Amino acid sequence: MIVRILGEGQFRVDATAAGDLNQLDTALEAAVEQGDQAAFTAALTGLLAQVRAHGSPLPPDILEPSELILPGQDTSMDEVRKMLTDDGLIPG
Amino acid sequence: MKGTAALMGVMKRVSLVFKAKANKALDKMEDPRETLDYSYQRQLELLTKVRRGVADVATSRKRVELQMNQLQQQSNKLEDQARKALSMGREDLAREALTRKSSAQGQLDELQTQYAQLQAEEEKLTVASQRLQTKVDAFRTRKETIKATYTAAEAQTRINEAFSGISEEMGDVGMAIQRAEDKTAQMQARAGAIDELMASGALDDAVGGRRDDIQSELDMMAASSDVERELARLKGELTAGAPKQLEGSAPGANGEAQGAQGSQVSSQPSQEPYAPPPPSAQYALPQQTQQQAQPSQPAGLPVSDLPGRADEAQDGEGS
Repeated sequence: MIVRILGEGQFRVDATAAGDLNQLDTALEAAVEQGDQAAFTAALTGLLAQVRAHGSPLPPDILEPSELILPGQDTSMDEVRKMLTDDGLIPG
Repeated sequence: MKGTAALMGVMKRVSLVFKAKANKALDKMEDPRETLDYSYQRQLELLTKVRRGVADVATSRKRVELQMNQLQQQSNKLEDQARKALSMGREDLAREALTRKSSAQGQLDELQTQYAQLQAEEEKLTVASQRLQTKVDAFRTRKETIKATYTAAEAQTRINEAFSGISEEMGDVGMAIQRAEDKTAQMQARAGAIDELMASGALDDAVGGRRDDIQSELDMMAASSDVERELARLKGELTAGAPKQLEGSAPGANGEAQGAQGSQVSSQPSQEPYAPPPPSAQYALPQQTQQQAQPSQPAGLPVSDLPGRADEAQDGEGS
């Protein structure tokens, strides 16, 4: 599956990593809901590390949409919250 | 994908938002092939915007760099002043200089952090603009193929795919630009504040050439000690008697003047006494002067003036 890290590009990640990613992603979402900064940072850092470790960067001339999209490393909890709303951060 | 928990997860939700935006844009078009041209136009606009963004961040970064240099100069200068003040026994003045130095240093540290951030933004945007360029090129190729090869109905799925891929990239890049713009705006506000601070004299102006109060006090002290020294020297001359002094100091002093003796006395002060490197003037001259000038060594009073005054100029201004 293809995963995008915002500001970094797309990665092709082995499907076997999906379980780990989902677990961390759930933790990330819970942290955002609860406003738990420490948990948020830990989950996001862990997610990005997993994607980078299990994925290989997609060549830039590939025009495929990503199945999953992750905020970049320096994204704040507030920014993530806004990203989750339709008229939030993402332009278009 | 497996493991659909009660919570959907951030990754999935963000990607859904991206997809929803892409679909909304696609739905607006009657003939899907129109979408291709319209999207391509927007891609080119975005590319221009990203490149401008890179240039803006670079400009902002250079401004910060300039200010950092100014603050560094200022900090060095204040430390010099503190050292000078201490050597003159003015601990109070040294303390004031060091207090300002610490304030300048604090500003400098903050700027350094922000400089690093701007640099990171610049790098990210540069990479993003290259990636977008590649994707836009790929899109253009795909667009032409789709338009040439497929009917409107057939083209739909292919267009959707290419469009979603590129619109995701555009969303990503668009956010990166927004971030960079925010950072640049913050940075400019901060840079403006520091400019004002410098202009107000709170950090003092190192590069504007304005004389600050610490410097003028140091200068005043240096000047008054010059006066004292001159006084002491003149007194010394009076009590020791002119001729004896002359014998001691003449060999290195001023050959030309000595050769001409009394006739040049009045013009001597303008020849050597304030030359910036008095020591070299003193030690370079003897070889030529000694042969020429020795016969007429006992010159007029001002000759003995020269070495002494040159020394003092060195003490008072040279540092």
